[in-house]
Amino acid sequence: MTAPSHSPTRYAGRWPSRIVLGLPAALALLLLVVPLAALLVQADWSRIPSDLATPTVLPALRLSLTTTSVTAVLCLLLGTPLAWFLARSDHPVTSWVRALLTVPLVLPPVVGGVALLLTWGRNGLLGQYLTPFGIQIPFTTVAVVLAETFVAMPYYVLAVEGAMRGLDPRLESVARTLGASDLRYLRTVGIPLVLPGIAGGLALAWARALGEFGATITFAGNFPGRTQTLPLLVYVELERDPQVAISISIMLLAVSVLVLGVLRGRWLR
Amino acid sequence: MSATPPLPPRRARRLALAAPAALLVALLGACGGSTSASSGPASSGVNGTVTVLAAASLTESFDQLKKDFEAAHPGVTVETSYGSSATLVQQVNNGAPASVIALAGTSAAEPLDRSLVKGTQMFATNVLEIAVPPTNPGAVTSVADLAKPSVKVVLCADTVPCGKAAQATFRKARVVPNVVSKEVDVKATLAKVKLGEADAAVVYHSDVVAAKDAVTGVTIPSQLNTTLSYPVITLADDAASRAFVAYLLSAEGRATLQAFGFAAP
Repeated sequence: MTAPSHSPTRYAGRWPSRIVLGLPAALALLLLVVPLAALLVQADWSRIPSDLATPTVLPALRLSLTTTSVTAVLCLLLGTPLAWFLARSDHPVTSWVRALLTVPLVLPPVVGGVALLLTWGRNGLLGQYLTPFGIQIPFTTVAVVLAETFVAMPYYVLAVEGAMRGLDPRLESVARTLGASDLRYLRTVGIPLVLPGIAGGLALAWARALGEFGATITFAGNFPGRTQTLPLLVYVELERDPQVAISISIMLLAVSVLVLGVLRGRWLR
Repeated sequence: MSATPPLPPRRARRLALAAPAALLVALLGACGGSTSASSGPASSGVNGTVTVLAAASLTESFDQLKKDFEAAHPGVTVETSYGSSATLVQQVNNGAPASVIALAGTSAAEPLDRSLVKGTQMFATNVLEIAVPPTNPGAVTSVADLAKPSVKVVLCADTVPCGKAAQATFRKARVVPNVVSKEVDVKATLAKVKLGEADAAVVYHSDVVAAKDAVTGVTIPSQLNTTLSYPVITLADDAASRAFVAYLLSAEGRATLQAFGFAAP
């Protein structure tokens, strides 16, 4: 029997299939790239410095950077243990929890905002118990962080869980036979090995939090310096002066590309 | 060994290619379809589609007007879309297909591309009012109460008409309100009070009327209040659009608007 080789007929069939595959691939690329290019082409570059000096921009930038950083830290501290529990368990409940985690991924963010309002609002499921203590969450910066965490955490947990599942289970068994506790195993073996996965998950979660709009405006409202993040400012400025909105959008684009670029160089392959 | 695979590779490949191709066909089909919607067979009277963009404050009244108008003109379909006047004007300037645009206040129309305008007429006026939850947790009875630190006030954003009007009223009253959020349109502003998350919102009288029992209105005295004249701007010069504008200005249309808290221009 002869081994199958690249026969001439297969070579002949190469170009038509390249075109049939290449056309949709090129279309997909255009659908994604042209809007970004439009943003860059339509911008009045000479106006960007003065546009970004608009008094509302700096507070929004500061707010966006602080809230997304806090969100990233929350993901790290709360999401990593959750990812670990999900990764090591084969219990049927685990798959239910995982399915539940993907709901915020596909949920329209505005719906997430309504859900947060019904939870943390002053008549909400949990919020009503905070009201007597004078704690009110909606319309505060805390609400912005909660909204961002709600949409970003699933990205983080799923990314880190995937990385943790890739670990050799024997490592954990060996650590255990040597008497290491779960915490010690994670600190010395588990987490160092999935560091690229953690960085990737953080980058994803951070980027998602930076772009958060619907849940924020619904749950946290829109107040300059307190809850008005950059995406909310873009939306409001679009009605006042579209050119300012474009300038802010370009800054937002630059910030996310910069951060993802740095992370990619360092951690993400 | 040459066991036959369950699916020949060529067929598998064909299946894999069929999906994006079908999507492409669907996309192209959708592009072609949208242009041929308005032309229909002529029956009695006017027919066609009127696309109406209306300020958020007109939501309830225009839903009713659309229903009544369609009942009177069976050949006409009215499509409505609501948003802040500022958003709607941007949409039209960016090519949104609209026959008629109805805005909250004449200043909202200023950024509108003049070359698109076929005609402008005033059809209603509206005044501001403070909306509070039925229990009135902030004990709000006047504009001055909105300055209390214990009262959470929600306004419209400064870029939209209800926000501009509210700013004018606060300037006249020399009151600095305790604002917790500036919402993108008047209905979003009202929603925060309806949900009980804010103690007061400055909205239009018509919004308080439309919200029925969900909120209570606190009247703003006329010397502090800001009155807005609502223009209806015709963008398409077809019979159905003209008929809709005529209906809006008719005694019947005006009565509907008055039932929803608007005054005659």
